[in-house]
Amino acid sequence: MNVEVPEGGRLAAHTHYRRFGREERLLHGFLMFSFLGLAFTGLPLLFSHQEWAATLVRFFGGFRSAGIVHRICAVVMITVFVLHLSRIFRRLFGQKDLGILWGPNSMVPQPRDFFEMIAHIRWFVGAGPHPRFDHFTYWEKFDYWAVFWGMGIIGGSGLILWLPETFAHVVPGWVFNIAALVHGEEALLAVVFIFTFHFFTGHLRPEKFPMDSVMFTGRVTLKEMEEERPEEFARLTRTGRIDDLASAAAPRWVYRLGRTAGGIAVVLGLLMVALIVFAILN
Amino acid sequence: MIRAGGLSGPPHATGEASPQNLRVSGISMIRVSLLCCRVALVLGVAVSFAAASPQKAAAPKPPSNDDCLACHSDAGAVRADGRPVAVKPETFAESIHGMGGLACVDCHTDLATLAEFPHAEKLKPAQCGTCHEKAVAAYDSGVHAQARRSGGNLSAAACADCHGSHDIRPSADPGSRTHHARLLDTCGRCHGDEEIIKRGQIGIGNVVDLFKDSIHGKALIKSGLSVAPTCTDCHGSHDIRRKSDPASKVFRTTIPGMCSSCHEGIGREYWESVHGTQVAKGSPLAPVCTNCHTAHEIRRSDVEGWKLEVITECGTCHEHSLETYRDTFHGQVTALGYARVASCADCHGAHNVFPKADPRSMVSDAKRVATCQQCHEGATPSFAEFDPHADPENRERNPTLFYTAQFMKMLLVGVFSFFGLLTVLWLGRSVQLKAAGAWRRPRNDDATEDGE
Repeated sequence: MNVEVPEGGRLAAHTHYRRFGREERLLHGFLMFSFLGLAFTGLPLLFSHQEWAATLVRFFGGFRSAGIVHRICAVVMITVFVLHLSRIFRRLFGQKDLGILWGPNSMVPQPRDFFEMIAHIRWFVGAGPHPRFDHFTYWEKFDYWAVFWGMGIIGGSGLILWLPETFAHVVPGWVFNIAALVHGEEALLAVVFIFTFHFFTGHLRPEKFPMDSVMFTGRVTLKEMEEERPEEFARLTRTGRIDDLASAAAPRWVYRLGRTAGGIAVVLGLLMVALIVFAILN
Repeated sequence: MIRAGGLSGPPHATGEASPQNLRVSGISMIRVSLLCCRVALVLGVAVSFAAASPQKAAAPKPPSNDDCLACHSDAGAVRADGRPVAVKPETFAESIHGMGGLACVDCHTDLATLAEFPHAEKLKPAQCGTCHEKAVAAYDSGVHAQARRSGGNLSAAACADCHGSHDIRPSADPGSRTHHARLLDTCGRCHGDEEIIKRGQIGIGNVVDLFKDSIHGKALIKSGLSVAPTCTDCHGSHDIRRKSDPASKVFRTTIPGMCSSCHEGIGREYWESVHGTQVAKGSPLAPVCTNCHTAHEIRRSDVEGWKLEVITECGTCHEHSLETYRDTFHGQVTALGYARVASCADCHGAHNVFPKADPRSMVSDAKRVATCQQCHEGATPSFAEFDPHADPENRERNPTLFYTAQFMKMLLVGVFSFFGLLTVLWLGRSVQLKAAGAWRRPRNDDATEDGE
């Protein structure tokens, strides 16, 4: 976004800070809806004895068309994954940005994450002060790696199940049994994890309720950053990098779109969790 | 009009019958029945001969059919209680007994020696067995006679209920109640009538409605196939017995033989199969035709609903196989109501089921790949190493799957426990702080232009 830089740096003129770029936001958007599509067309198989599962499949026009939707969403998600990997490689080898391997802007788990988690738990029980988080918190890293691992495992096993005749040339048939089990169990793990813990930390906890739209707008207010990630705020202020990241507020339509899309996703996700809980209690 | 000797009282010139002037009765309309044309003819001749013989000359001449019809041809003829006693002369003339020249008194024997008319209201029931000895003997051993005898259920069918009385025609005649195409309606008068079913405590319920929707019923009614079975083809006619009776045509072990009287090829396959050989050995558990196909609701085997339901049927005995099948994609899709994927019979065969070790089995080592290839065209021996009944809890059978399942279980329990606890603690703290007013809610709402 081209913003005129007034005297005294951007910080003086802007109250927002850029956290996610356009590419990240778009990839997250595609990831979000392909994930929902996969969940809603895949879980009915796992809960095939449930009335709601049959209803869902009928909604998608039968098991064959549900299967087609599932595969389309899978292709979208795999594309997201590949684009993300290529982005990492670009940053690593193209821009020689070694900061993604270690340090505050890296997703790689580091000792400070462990200590912050302990401090956070201590804070939960009133035994210590709130930890001063930096750019990525430990749970955000867990979210990331859970999805990363999930994409590899579920995507890989899904491909095997999609093309068993082809894969049978490479692996013995009993691998399909493993693939089917892992695909389903991992999917259940991913779905329940995202639709409960990710929703809670990202949107539903009292501090964020009903929704944090940073993933859609890409920006947070400086005030917000100061409160949530004091360590990052201090670091950026110290180095002066905060001026580079300062930006204007998101256009209203972006905000509205994010709010709507995110709202739909949260509602659908919670609905799915309710159906799963219902099925398990049954 | 009235030619019969001995009939007193004024002739009913008006043609209107009333209990006062027409006291013809005692004809038990529902009992009258004769069956076989040949026997009837012989009897007819015999009776005529006897009537004409000098020895009988002393006795009053038995009333001729015309004598009887003098009163009974009146369409309005009724007896004292108002029940009609009319007999249409042409109906009887067209019946097998009429055509065979039988006299009324051949069946209504107690009128043969009667001189006084109108006769008493109460007559002996027509004795069909006089001529139709075998049929009546068979009937007496059957469930209908039994119901009448022991249960006193007088609704249970007797001869006339199925064959009619004065209008009996041979079964080959399309106008006959017992003709192949009409029999269903005849049996249905009771077995398709909810009221009678309830009153007669017929356990199986309205089988006629079930049958009408079956493949046999449709072939019979819609397609008009003369080869389609109707009730009697399976149950017999006179000697219908309960299915629990070993002499019954629908007794469990008799059924396969009965069905294969039409389904000959399938019968051969079945008797060779693991199920057929078990039944032949007297196994009380091995399935016969009706276990899978049902008795009256038999559907086409390519109908989706049937293909799905029969899976449950196999599962009544093969319980664990059904459980493991339901864990696979095949089993999940069929559970959702789609028969496109493999179900039991697609891999194991329907009638030609053999143990896996038997080379004739579709899932034997020799045939398994070809079985998979029915759907998975590119299937190879490696592909066929997939276990369609893999059990993640069976370490012997599926070791790799077993350990994978254990790992996945630990992973799921671990992740959910840890993050579940984290969520609960976090929520508690947040709510507590919020209630204390210590938490300023840093919402991202003001991340918009007009939020500033």
